[in-house]
Amino acid sequence: MLSYILKRVLYIIPTLLLISIVSFIIIQLPPGDFLTSYIAQLSQTGEMVDEATIAALRHRYGLDQPYYIQYFKWMWNMLHGDFGQSFEWNRPVNQLIWERLGLTVAVSLFTMVLTWVIAFPIGIYSATHQYSIGDYTVTFLGYIGLATPSFMIALILMWIAYSVFGASVGGLFSPEYIEAPWSWAKFVDMLGHLWIPAIVIGTAGTAGLIRTLRANLLDELHKPYVVAARAKGLPERQLFWKYPMRIAIVPFISTVGWSLPGIISGETITAVVLSLPTTGPLLLRALQSQDMYLAGSFVMLLSILTVLGTLISDILLGWVDPRIRYEM
Amino acid sequence: MTDEELIEEKRIEEEEIETTVEEKIYLASQGQLIWWRFRRHKLAIVSGVILIIIYFCAIFCEFLAPYDPNQYDIKYTYAPPQTIHIFRDGKLVRPFVYGYKLETDPETLRRIYKPDPEQVYPIYFFVKGDPYKFWGRWEANTHFVGVEDGTLFLLGTDRMGRDMLSRILYGARISTSIGLIGVFLSFILGLIIGGFSGYYGGTLDNIVQRVIEFLRSIPTIPLWMALSAALPPHWPPIRVYFGITVILSLVGWTGLARVVRSRFMSLKEEDFVMAARLSGASEWRIIMRHMVPSFMSYIIANITLSIPGMILGETSLSFLGLGLRPPTISWGVLLQEAQNVRTVALSPWLLLPGVFVIITVLCFNFLGDGLRDAADPYSR
Repeated sequence: MLSYILKRVLYIIPTLLLISIVSFIIIQLPPGDFLTSYIAQLSQTGEMVDEATIAALRHRYGLDQPYYIQYFKWMWNMLHGDFGQSFEWNRPVNQLIWERLGLTVAVSLFTMVLTWVIAFPIGIYSATHQYSIGDYTVTFLGYIGLATPSFMIALILMWIAYSVFGASVGGLFSPEYIEAPWSWAKFVDMLGHLWIPAIVIGTAGTAGLIRTLRANLLDELHKPYVVAARAKGLPERQLFWKYPMRIAIVPFISTVGWSLPGIISGETITAVVLSLPTTGPLLLRALQSQDMYLAGSFVMLLSILTVLGTLISDILLGWVDPRIRYEM
Repeated sequence: MTDEELIEEKRIEEEEIETTVEEKIYLASQGQLIWWRFRRHKLAIVSGVILIIIYFCAIFCEFLAPYDPNQYDIKYTYAPPQTIHIFRDGKLVRPFVYGYKLETDPETLRRIYKPDPEQVYPIYFFVKGDPYKFWGRWEANTHFVGVEDGTLFLLGTDRMGRDMLSRILYGARISTSIGLIGVFLSFILGLIIGGFSGYYGGTLDNIVQRVIEFLRSIPTIPLWMALSAALPPHWPPIRVYFGITVILSLVGWTGLARVVRSRFMSLKEEDFVMAARLSGASEWRIIMRHMVPSFMSYIIANITLSIPGMILGETSLSFLGLGLRPPTISWGVLLQEAQNVRTVALSPWLLLPGVFVIITVLCFNFLGDGLRDAADPYSR
């Protein structure tokens, strides 16, 4: 088990390197380096451009040097907690991202748990009652859930809430808590708001999970060993939970890995529609104003989060299913 | 004839039917087998028909749309959809719509449109209306349906009084074609990369696998957003369109590459490939003549299943304002108008482009599922 974990962790390193390269490319993509846009912005507002500051910034990010040196400088700075400068906010990037990233993690984790809690019983019901009305309904709803973009669900939910209850459902906190420091009351308040974004983001994932679980269980339920156990008189309940369920649940755990990118993707766009104080809206604004250090850092940290989530799910999977840890 | 003879005759008849059915299966070509299996999926057939209709509308949108999509009229901002009536004074007549009666809400000063039974506009086919250039080439002004005078807003209008139905039809052309072109590009990428990786294996395969794993582990929407934000804002619409398509497929080829790779891996062990190699066929011939045809149906099913991702990607990006931009009309661009909840609450028909997105994606999913089941006619 230990060697499996070690190997899996080592695999992460090239992935992280690739992620950093892609993020660096994203930062470099807009024409001109960020200082030219900074200077343009300053002269637009009529401010004096301070040559010394510019030179200092240019040196700090190595903008007068070739790309690969810029990249290493950027990496080096980042490993020391310096993610660069956001011009729009005129503050270092790392002051801006952490709280939003934390909320993104909170929303994503909550969504994931909700996805599981909903998908698990429905998937089992759907498989054990194959071709019943309930099964057809669930399957049909699942297809619709997969086909509907998450922002559309968010819009429809907001529309219903607005026209039926006259309330807006956006945000993660009640107005009195938005500026308040973290406290127990604020946390409870957040939990009360969390479920709407969680449902919106989780719909596609839930639908996918139900389909996976149903298909897996159906494959197992008709295997000879199940028939044999039933013929020997094992009670149905015990038979079901002890054998087919255990095998069907393995892919269920592995889906955590691939559903995480989907959840973070969905979170980004849903957060814009529901105006959640998470990474999505800030990333969008950063991209619109070409505030590339902020945008690049967001893309990178979101990707790293996903990769770490996948790592955890892989380790869990190796723990549940011995075949996987011996294969590597 | 006695009863026994009758029974005997019936038995022989049944046997004959059975053998003909069996013979039919033995003699059928692969394509026929696939078609027979596919035919059993009623939902997939229905979805296929709906998709054909959608693409037909997208191809002939200039003619089918009652109005020019950019034709605005300040008199009819946020006008609700007009209903088609066929009964008038209890008698069946040519379908017609009522005109609008304008009122102003005394409190909010908002315009309220009510159907006005005094104004009756019968609907005609092949009506002369706004001029357009069919496929950007031939000038014409005949529209499929329309009214002689008055208005025909079957799906309402937007904030500038533009006809939603016309805009949705024009949007269908962009949104559905981006799905096809995007999938085509990612298919080529996937075929080349997945093919090499599966056919040659070894280190190359290992590297490709890592790259695919890496791309799949990145959340797509933030990546798409970042890449499309880098498209220069002064680009003409057609270049933005291709830029977005390329971005969608650069991130989206991994799924297809995986499928192609696994097919190549399993097929290269097959006897017929070995036989072809022993008889001295070139690599190119083995791949193109022997391997590709045997997994093509499987690939087509997978392609069908990956079109929805492209359509949803374009819609999401354009909705956020990072994809296509007005004056280009796509379903995502149209949905941008529905970003404000208050506007949506007052004129819910602005959400209709989203309904079209859902229908299209749903149909592609059903069709793809049916094709995937049919693609391997020898299973079961």
